[in-house]
Formats: sequence, C-alpha cells, structure tokens
Amino acid sequence: MLKTFKLGGVHPAENKLSASKAIEKLALPKSVFIPVAQHIGAPAQALVKKGDQVKVGQLIAKSGGFVSANIHSSVSGTVKKVDLAMDSSGYPKQGIFIDVEGDEWEEGIDTSLTLIEKFEADSKKIIDKINAAGIVGLGGATFPTHVKLMPPQGMKAEMLLINGVECEPYLTSDHRVMLEKAPELLVGIRILMCALEVEKAYIGIENNKPDAIAHLNELTKPDQSIQVVPLKVKYPQGGEKQLIKAVTGREVPSGALPIAVGAVVNNVGTALAVYEAVQKNKPLVERVVTITGKSVANPSNFLVRVGTPIQELINAAGGLPEDAGKIISGGPMMGKAVANTDIPVTKGTSGILIMQDKEAKREKVKTCIRCTRCVTVCPMGLEPYYLMTVSEKQIWEKAEEHHIMDCIECGSCSYTCPADRPLLDYIRLGKAKVGNIIRSRKQ
Amino acid sequence: MSETIIYTMIALSAIGILAAVILYFVAQKFKVYEDPRIDEVETALPGANCGGCGFAGCRAFAEACVKENDLADLFCPVGGNDCMADVAAVLGLEAVKQDPRVAVLRCNGSCDHRPKTNQYDGALSCAAAAALYSGDTGCQYGCLSHGDCAVSCDFDALHMNPETGLPEVVDDKCVACGACVEACPKSLFELRKRGPKDRKIYVACRNEDKGGVAKKSCEVACIGCSKCFKVCPFDAIVMNNNLAFIDSDKCKLCRKCVVECPTNAIIELGFPPRKIKTDLPPKPAVKKEAPAKPEVQASEETKTDNSDQK
Repeated sequence: MLKTFKLGGVHPAENKLSASKAIEKLALPKSVFIPVAQHIGAPAQALVKKGDQVKVGQLIAKSGGFVSANIHSSVSGTVKKVDLAMDSSGYPKQGIFIDVEGDEWEEGIDTSLTLIEKFEADSKKIIDKINAAGIVGLGGATFPTHVKLMPPQGMKAEMLLINGVECEPYLTSDHRVMLEKAPELLVGIRILMCALEVEKAYIGIENNKPDAIAHLNELTKPDQSIQVVPLKVKYPQGGEKQLIKAVTGREVPSGALPIAVGAVVNNVGTALAVYEAVQKNKPLVERVVTITGKSVANPSNFLVRVGTPIQELINAAGGLPEDAGKIISGGPMMGKAVANTDIPVTKGTSGILIMQDKEAKREKVKTCIRCTRCVTVCPMGLEPYYLMTVSEKQIWEKAEEHHIMDCIECGSCSYTCPADRPLLDYIRLGKAKVGNIIRSRKQ
Repeated sequence: MSETIIYTMIALSAIGILAAVILYFVAQKFKVYEDPRIDEVETALPGANCGGCGFAGCRAFAEACVKENDLADLFCPVGGNDCMADVAAVLGLEAVKQDPRVAVLRCNGSCDHRPKTNQYDGALSCAAAAALYSGDTGCQYGCLSHGDCAVSCDFDALHMNPETGLPEVVDDKCVACGACVEACPKSLFELRKRGPKDRKIYVACRNEDKGGVAKKSCEVACIGCSKCFKVCPFDAIVMNNNLAFIDSDKCKLCRKCVVECPTNAIIELGFPPRKIKTDLPPKPAVKKEAPAKPEVQASEETKTDNSDQK
C-alpha cells in the first residue's frame, strides 16, 4: 500500500494540463520589477539607485538579517527607479525597476548546460554559497534555505526530505524539473545532504507522476542514500508536516519545526537552485513557472526571470481567455488572486492559473449545518468551523486556545464546505491577529 | 395519615430553620465589602456597556471611578459632561469637562468618485478583505465598503449607503464610543469635536500617495497640494505624507480651506448653504489684510520651512 499522511486531506480534480509540456525559456521582457521582499523574513536592502547599470546575477539588494535573502538582478540593463509597486501580496511594496538591455551575465557565472557532479564537501562553504545566491524555498513558502540548513543549537538533522509531491492541482513545474533536470537535481540533493551532514535523503513523489518516479528510481539505483518514495495522491501532502508524516511516520509537535523530529524538507526546485548556486555560481534569478487554466490556449511550463510581469506569461500562453474570471498566483487551493496583470513573478511564484468565470465565482454563503466535514478533512486536526466563528466574533483567546496558529492554510475546509462558508478567509484573519498578540506578548 | 403529614411538616421546617441559621453565619463570615458608591455611580451611568470609556462595561467603569478617586482620565463618552457631573457629585470629586465628539468618516471615495479596478469575491468583512489585499479600487487607503463599522456600532448610528458604498454617521445617535474607530482596518474614522450646531470641516481622505497617483485613483482624493495649509489663518492644518489634516481643536470653521481645495476633498457639514458671491466675503479679508499681513507672511515662511523638512 502506498504511503500517505493519516489525518484529513482532500482530493480535488488534478487538472495537470501542462504535465506533458517541456520547459521552455520565456523571451526576455522589456522591463522587470524585482521586489526586495520576496521571502519570509526581513526585506532586503536595495543597493542600486536610478541610472545604475546592472548585469544578470548582480547583487542588487542585500539580505536584511539572518532570516532574509539576497536579491540579484535577473536581467541586464539600466535601473529605472526604486519605488513602490503592487506585488502578489496585494499591497504596494518596494522594489527595483530595471529596463532590459541585452542579456549580459555577471562574470564567473556558468550558464552552460554541462553537468558538474563533483563538489567540495564543506558544509559551511556550501551554506555560505546558498546564502549568497539568495536561495529560498521555491515550493511557495519562500523560507530562506540557508536558515533551514543551520539547525538551532542542540538539534541535529537525521534526514533530508525532498518535496516532489506537487499536490496542488494544475501545477506541473516541479514535475517537469524532476523529468528534465533529474541529474542536476540529484547533485543538488547530494549537496544539501552534505550541508546538513545527513546520510539519507527521501524524495516524496505522488503517484500521479509515474514517469517522474520511474525516471528518478532509475537514476538513484546505484546510490543507496537517496530513496524515491511514491505517495498516494492526497492534498495537502506537499505541506512540510504532512510530507514528514507520510514518508517517515513521525509527527511534528504543535508549534515545533520539522527539525524537532530530525527532518529538513526542501522542494525539488530549491534543490535544483542549490545545484546551480554551488556548482555554477548562479544566483536565483529564474525559476520554472506553470501557466495554466482550462481556457488557456497553450498551458505551458516556462523558465522565467524573476520580476517578469505575469502579463508576459499570459501572452506567451496564448493571451487572456475571454471567459477569464480570476487570475491566481500559485495553485487553486493555496494561491492568491491578483488584482492586475502587472504584478511580477517572484521567487515564490510556482504557477499562474487563469480560472474561468463560472468556476471562479464563489457560491452564496449559507449557514453552517454542523456536518463536520471541515473537521474530517483538516490535516492538522483542527476545528475549522469553530475557528471561523471565534475569528468572526473576534474572540482571539479562544482561537489561540484551539490552536489556530497550527493552521497551514491549505484550504481543505473551504474546499469541502457544503454551505460554501469562507472558513479559511476568517481563519487566516484570526491567525494574523493571534500571531500579533503572541508577538506583542513576547516583547 | 394525618400524622405522616404533621411529621413531614415538622421535619422539613426544622431542616429549613437549621439551613437558614447556617446560611446566615456563612454569609456573615464570607461577606465581601463592596463600596456602596459603586452602585450609585453605576446608576448614574447610561448602562450602554459599549466599552467606549476603555473599560469592560459600565460596572467596571464605576469601579474604576471609585477606586481612582480622581476623574481626570476617566470619561464616559456616551453620557458626556452631564453624566460625568452626576458621577462627580456622587463621589464628591470634580469632573473634567470634555468637548462632545462625533465620528466622521475620512473617505469620500464613493462609487462615482473612485472607479473599481477589480472585483472582490471573498468573505464580506473589511478585516478579511484588508488582510488579503489593498482593496477593489486604485486607492489602498480608502473605504472597503463591507460595513465592519456598521456592525460594530451599538447605537444604530452607522449605516452603509448602498448607493455610495460608504458608511454614513447619524450625528444625533453617535455617542463617540470609538467602536467604529477600532473596527475599521483602514483607520478611516476619527472622533472629531462636535462643532457649534454640529458644524464640522474635515479632510475626507487618508490617501498618502503622491498627488498624481492619488488623483488617478479617486476624484476627490487629497493630493497634498498644501493650498488649504497656506490659506488657513489659524494654523489648524497640518501637512504630512502628502495629506492635509485639520485639527478640530484649532479650526475656527471659517471655511476658507473648503473653497481653496482643488479636489473637493475638504467637507463641510451642518453649515447653511453658501450665499452666492456678493461683496460680503471680500470685506473681512480687506479689513484683516493690513494688520495681519506681516503675521501671515511669517507663518507662511515657517510653514514652508516645515514642509521642506518633511
């Protein structure tokens, strides 16, 4: 029997429309907007000013603290301005506008496709390189990778988990990376294992990607230390805690990090970025983005420079369909609807989904019928209906008491609610409030 | 048969008397002394339990009044000065008089003034919408129109107007408890001094964008041009982050700024309709000009200095 996590979960229609499309390079845009806050943690500090000439891979914003990441220019050209503009958060954020001129890379970056397998086995040097390259978790949470690789004092990683689950419907960027960049990916995994000083790595892949499982199984045969683990298709298996439970059977305690059970989880995209940073000196300036949707003429997987407006992707995929109702940055379950098409692709953008008008519309909210479906599907064992009620009524102490901070915002509750209640909307609101209260209490 | 009834009655009466005696002594032993003035103060309060005073209901406020023995920092916005005078009389203290206040909405971005740029489809709550994004218009500072304020109002003084998409304050009912100020995620409500005859002048905008950006997103946005700031004879207007703010304590309701504002962002409420321009308005200006001139210039200089610093 295939492994999976025990508690809750749903199985939305997979709709992996672009699964068979090979990764294409997207043409360079005319200009890019690179936000300085593309990661969890402190925003980076801009190092360039209006009129500066930059090259691809040049550091343009310096990491603003330990939990932060460097930002590099994804294009070569002239800095137009450093100003506020809307990003996928829905609020204007500071960023760097660059007019693209040619495609000149910074010296020392190897842009060739040759595979370099040998690397220097020095944990500290590897982590420094990853830190310098501004690598963050590419699964969507954008947590700076170098922080993950440095466990707190007294804790030791036992294993590395590579997240190739891609449980979000529609998205296929990780799937394509596993198929097309497998040798590089495996080198990246070995580098990560070396940085963490662990002996064992598992690649968790859901069973709806048999080609990727077979391909990686083939390549990892000679290497006993990396094991491919096929998993039963169930959302949200790509959540860190769910993946750990599925692969190892261990449960991360409430409020703790995965390292508490000896696991470190990284996305396949991150492992590839680590390979490029360590072996090719290439900072994180581009990523694979899926552009998809039922009405999209040409659903595709593009290799996109960070900062490219999503309009460019939409154009390349055959333009905005007439019946487009919602544009979502990310997948349909956890992604976020965007307010316009000028917002840039950032390090955390795994896909752009264009939903049809009829499927995007929310149904009218009805009263809760106490069916407890939301409780059944919650992968964290919470009571979403209750958390929504207390958040709506602003009873924050009750929300905290009922572990609102453990919510991973997977949206299974909203997805399954027969009364179409906006459960996650309110839980997210409550989570933000309770988070603030906890933070202010600590100070 | 009758014996049974008699025995029962005697037994029950005996138990009742015994219990009463025990309860009497227990009640004496565990008696908690409560200042009788707390009850008196509570009777003097309106009993709205709105929390506008900053305490959890009227009882808590009454306790605080008795405990503090000083009414300087305590004020019931619902009851106002009369109520505080009663409280002061009970406690034999002196109440500090406060100007009566009323809530005003510092946004005039109705559907006509502020075109929609996208559609919001989430939970119908301003707080939830604000946590997701900046709003369904080009202005990230303006009203989200989902009516969290109207829900928060315990006094039926706030209603959403479906035509403008903005809440409207009923001045007569508003008690300035501040619930709407807390409820609005965009901090659009302000408790302003009720002017004489409920006359008010305020900048109905909180947009801190540069003039061009603000104007593009909303017709009646404050564009930070400082014209009102320059014309104000009482230094009641402060410019900060491309936004004018009229200090209701300094404003003398002369209405000069209202005429000056190029975007009609300054709103006057409760005034009689303006007379069509006769020779009346220029007159006081001419009169004032001679003595006031150097003063005005001086203040203008300081103003420009200030704005440069900012």
